[in-house]
Amino acid sequence: MTEHAAPRRGDTPATHAPAPTVVVETMTGAQSLIRSLEAVGADTVFGIPGGAILPAYDPLMDSQKVRHILVRHEQGAGHAATGYAQATGRVGVCMATSGPGATNLVTPIADAYMDSVAMVAITGQVASKAIGTDAFQEADICGITMPITKHNFLVTDPAEIPRVIAEAFHIAATGRPGPVLVDIAKDALQATTTFRWPVETSLPGYRPVTKPHAKQIREAARMLVAAKRPVLYVGGGVHKAQASAELRILAELTGAPVVTTLMALGVFPDSHPQHLGMPGMHGSVPAVTALQKADLLFTLGARFDDRVTGKLDSFAPYAKVVHADIDPAEIGKNRPVDVPIVGDAREVLADLIVAVQAEFDAGHKGDYVDWWVKLNQWKTTYPLGYEAAPNGELSPQQVIERIGQLVGPDAIYAAGVGQHQMWASQFINYEKPATWLNSGGAGTMGYAVPAAMGAKAGKPEAAVWAIDGDGCFQMTNQELVTCALNNIPIKVAVINNGSLGMVRQWQTLFYNQRYSNTVLHAGPEHDGIAKPAQGTRIPDFVLLAEAMGCVGLRCERPEDLDAVIKQAMEINDRPVVIDFIVHQDAMVWPMVAAGTSNDEILAARDVRPDFGDDLD
Amino acid sequence: MSKHTLSVLVENKPGVLARIAALFSRRGFNIDSLAVGPTEHPDISRMTIVVNVEDLPLEQVTKQLNKLVNVIKIVELDQSAAIQRELVLVKVRADAETRSQIVEIVQLFRAKTVDVSPDAVTIEATGSSDKLEAMLRMLEPYGIKELVQSGLVAIGRGARSITDRSLRALDRSA
Repeated sequence: MTEHAAPRRGDTPATHAPAPTVVVETMTGAQSLIRSLEAVGADTVFGIPGGAILPAYDPLMDSQKVRHILVRHEQGAGHAATGYAQATGRVGVCMATSGPGATNLVTPIADAYMDSVAMVAITGQVASKAIGTDAFQEADICGITMPITKHNFLVTDPAEIPRVIAEAFHIAATGRPGPVLVDIAKDALQATTTFRWPVETSLPGYRPVTKPHAKQIREAARMLVAAKRPVLYVGGGVHKAQASAELRILAELTGAPVVTTLMALGVFPDSHPQHLGMPGMHGSVPAVTALQKADLLFTLGARFDDRVTGKLDSFAPYAKVVHADIDPAEIGKNRPVDVPIVGDAREVLADLIVAVQAEFDAGHKGDYVDWWVKLNQWKTTYPLGYEAAPNGELSPQQVIERIGQLVGPDAIYAAGVGQHQMWASQFINYEKPATWLNSGGAGTMGYAVPAAMGAKAGKPEAAVWAIDGDGCFQMTNQELVTCALNNIPIKVAVINNGSLGMVRQWQTLFYNQRYSNTVLHAGPEHDGIAKPAQGTRIPDFVLLAEAMGCVGLRCERPEDLDAVIKQAMEINDRPVVIDFIVHQDAMVWPMVAAGTSNDEILAARDVRPDFGDDLD
Repeated sequence: MSKHTLSVLVENKPGVLARIAALFSRRGFNIDSLAVGPTEHPDISRMTIVVNVEDLPLEQVTKQLNKLVNVIKIVELDQSAAIQRELVLVKVRADAETRSQIVEIVQLFRAKTVDVSPDAVTIEATGSSDKLEAMLRMLEPYGIKELVQSGLVAIGRGARSITDRSLRALDRSA
């Protein structure tokens, strides 16, 4: 492979230029688009052609630098771009035609927006003269995606293509990353134009602040060493800033406990003794409780999401708040802040390490001994766990835990949304950043398979496992065809409990066990009580996998578990799907019921932890 | 709730007004008035937005607006340190008997009569919201047939300009 300057955070577009020589060539807008993509370092594009984008696909065929992967549905292209971006740290790219092609990208774009993923979506648009006439396959995709993109562009002048592509990649990758859509009219792709590179960008209103304010850093460090019960509340921003090394230095320097949100798993090793786990609705008891009892939330690249805070006005009631984020609008949005810090998490952490060391040198050192006595007590008393399934069935937690143990921390895990996602967050140990991909903010079912595909395309040397539910799997499994045909051998573990498990869990807990429309493999007469929810095995996932060119395996008993996982690990020429038939009534614990206070966390059903009331 | 006047410098590009209006509506903020027009620099437009919010949501509005790539700068103009004007055109019923009284009101408010017909006069007035409100109250008894009012525009007092530095930034990046 040739060296390419991949767009990373903090780079300016000018540095992506392959050489200082200036290129000026006459070509079509479509050729200019492909040359621009090559010049910004895009190496993989997920997409499907169609009428309006068709001109772009002609020069794409000849590109030696850009690999196009033909997906089966545009949603798959979008999530693949996200998976690629999250696994590699580079900008993910997807491409679609106008109208329905573009609107099929809406879900993955919204998903990438919620999770701050650097993605560029390129869509064809009807010819500029036809825009606004309700032409065939016309949709106002710029209007539609305005609230779910960091920025978008409509290009009708072919001369603008290189500049717009450079700006789109720059905006997507810098500051708080996010999706950028570039909509290009068909006639702009067909017209003859001049391709110039490098290109001058013009973004007078876009100046993300990355360097934190020194005074705020000193104040934050002072509060950290003065606190008695601090918690480092770490979010996805630390991952995006590639700052896990700096985080570890700060954590070990101060000895403060760390919690990592769903978006930050792997940023701080799960095995580290200072790690308390994940906070939030299905977080660990020590992590949730530490935030509730803390006197200082030292917040780094996290955004006080409602799934973390629970009922906001009873969240962390004793805590002062330091909040560092690259997006000023996140600071103080949900929770008032004592020390706001705007900056890139890596620069913030680097400066904090120096500032905390300076406090130490001045004789101010935090004393968290009493705090750790409490924390360790919670860790020992309320570890994550699960009950074995009855009647020799497989328990879903056991399946996921065992995959994590056998496959190991070097692999990349992508989850869908629901119970299996929470179990995958709880029972796999994440030791390295970018090994956990999931749809956190949007909660997009069907994310896992295409995201795993994108991750594997970007990092072919890594083992990539999708941990999927049988509901999610039926939304996007068609991309396994793409994987099979393009040598993208991912593994998919379908945690098949026969139902929309998380919804069923809520029906169990809050709707008197009335299982309305959550049984997946049987008709409406089955509620999963009299007969098992797996019911008919329609569809048969093993046959489905084989039909799509994958190896299909099934596992129904705990004693076969290790052998099946190992068998899957040994197959590397094709994708593998394992249908794990699991106990249908397993539930995700701990749990903070929606809308209630984190103080009401239940470690298991009807089990409320006893925290003692001697802290305050 | 209190009224705040925001001067927003934006790139003069298609769709910018839609972006700003959409941001206000989706974040749940109400716009009292909005005026858009060119500035001394052809690439920059200026919006004057009056919002009725508490201080904390105002901070959130400003931060969210600043995140829009086409927004170059936002300044909140303090009422006491800024000149704020609105324009109103109002068509008032007027016959031979009442016309002179109406003209007298027009003069009192330093407004202008811009059109006269046997049954009506059309008045043009500029001023602060308070002044225009007072004038309209005086005209109301005669019968207001039609009224159109601009959004508020505002500019800070003194020699300082909020566009100076932004224009330099624009020239640098161009």
